[in-house]
Amino acid sequence: MADDIRAMTAELATDPGSRVFLELGEALRRRGQPEVALKVALAGTARHPALADAHDLLARVQSDLGDGEAAFDAWMDALQTDPSHLGAHKGLGFLYYRAGDLPRALRHLEMAREQDDSPGLAQGIARVREALEREQASAVAEPSAAELAGVPFSLDETEDDAGRSALGAQRSAHAEPPSRRAAEDDLFNGFDGARDGLLLLDHNGLRLGGGIRNADNRDVSDAVAAHLAGVSREAVRTARLLDLGAWQSVVAECGAGNLHLSAPTDETVLLTTRDASVPAGRLSVIAERAGAAARRWLERVS
Amino acid sequence: MTDVRTTLDRVSAIRGVRGAMLVSAVDGLVIADSLMDGVDGQAVAALASSLVGRLSRATSAAGMAAPAIVHLRAEQGSVLAVPAGSDVLVVAVTGADANLGLARLEMLDVARGLA
Repeated sequence: MADDIRAMTAELATDPGSRVFLELGEALRRRGQPEVALKVALAGTARHPALADAHDLLARVQSDLGDGEAAFDAWMDALQTDPSHLGAHKGLGFLYYRAGDLPRALRHLEMAREQDDSPGLAQGIARVREALEREQASAVAEPSAAELAGVPFSLDETEDDAGRSALGAQRSAHAEPPSRRAAEDDLFNGFDGARDGLLLLDHNGLRLGGGIRNADNRDVSDAVAAHLAGVSREAVRTARLLDLGAWQSVVAECGAGNLHLSAPTDETVLLTTRDASVPAGRLSVIAERAGAAARRWLERVS
Repeated sequence: MTDVRTTLDRVSAIRGVRGAMLVSAVDGLVIADSLMDGVDGQAVAALASSLVGRLSRATSAAGMAAPAIVHLRAEQGSVLAVPAGSDVLVVAVTGADANLGLARLEMLDVARGLA
C-alpha cells in the first residue's frame, strides 16, 4: 500500500466524517483498485449524501467497473445536489454519447464547457456536434437506428414527471415500427389487467407493452416505467453487493394495492399490480405467468 | 438506544435473519443495528433507503400509496424494509431459509413502536 493511501486510510479511520475519502477513493481507482474504491465511495455517499463530489466519485468508480447504469444514477444524484457539477455533466455527456443519445450528450458537455475551457473538452464537443449533424442529415431520409432502437437512457431526473411522460410518449410514437405497435396488442392478451395492471418495460425505462392507470383512469405508464428502471437497477445492485445472487422480485405492499416487480429477461422488467384483495402468493403466480407471456412475445417481435 | 438495540435483536434472532437495522430514510445512514459478522451495514442502509425511495416515487406516479413493506427477493436471500414514519426504515437481511413471515411481523411491530 502506498504511503499516501495508508495515511488517508488512517485519517479516515480516525475521523470517519472526514472528506478525505474523496481523495482516497480517487487514489484507489487510479491505482487500479476499483473494488476497494467502491467501498470507500459507497461509505462516503452514505455519510455525505448532500455532497455532490461524493456521488461523482461513486459514479467514476462505477464507470470504471463497467456499470454504466449505476454511474448514470450516481451522476444524476450529483446533479440533484449541485445542478452545475462539472464532473457530473462531463460524465453524463460521456455516457449519453456512448449510448448514442447525441443531443443529450451535447447538452451536458456544453454545460461542462461553461466551467472548463480545456482543449480536450472543446474537441469532444466538436466531435459530438459533427456526429449529430450527420445523424440529423440522415434522419431526413429515414429514421435513425437510434430512433428505431430507442435511446438507451430515457430517464432524465431533471425533467418533471409530466415532461418525462410526454417525452416517453413522443419517443414511443417515433421508436416503434408499426408491426411492433400492432404486436403489442397481443402481449398480455387474455390476462386480467392487460391494459391496467401489467406493464412491461425495457431496462432503460421505456414502455414495451401493457399499461398502468391511476385512480382517475389516466394512463401513467410512461411515468411509472421511467421510475421503475431505477428500481430494477437498485435491486440488481443491492442483491449483488449483499452476495444474494440474482434478484427475483421486488414486492411492495402499498395499503389498498400491491406491486410486484420481476425481470422476465435480462433486458426487461415486468410490473404487476393488483388490489390488496389478491394475496401476495397469487400475485407472484400472476406475475410469473405474465412473465412467461412476455418472454414469448419478446421472441416473436425481436 | 439500548431499547432499540434489544428490539432489533428480536428481529435478528429469527431463524435465517442475518441482521436487522434502523436506517435513516432521508440519507441512508445507519441509526442502530444488530448484524451478523460479514454484513456490510452501511452498504445495506444506503441501498435499502435508495431502493425504498425509488419505489416510493414509482408508486406515487402510479397513484398508489407509499409502500408499507418492501421485499426484495433474491436467489440466496432477501432484504425486507418497513418504513416507520417518513424518516426511518426498519431493514432486515435474510438468508434463503429465513422465516420471512415471522420476520415481517416483528419488523412491523418494531415500526409501529417507532412511528
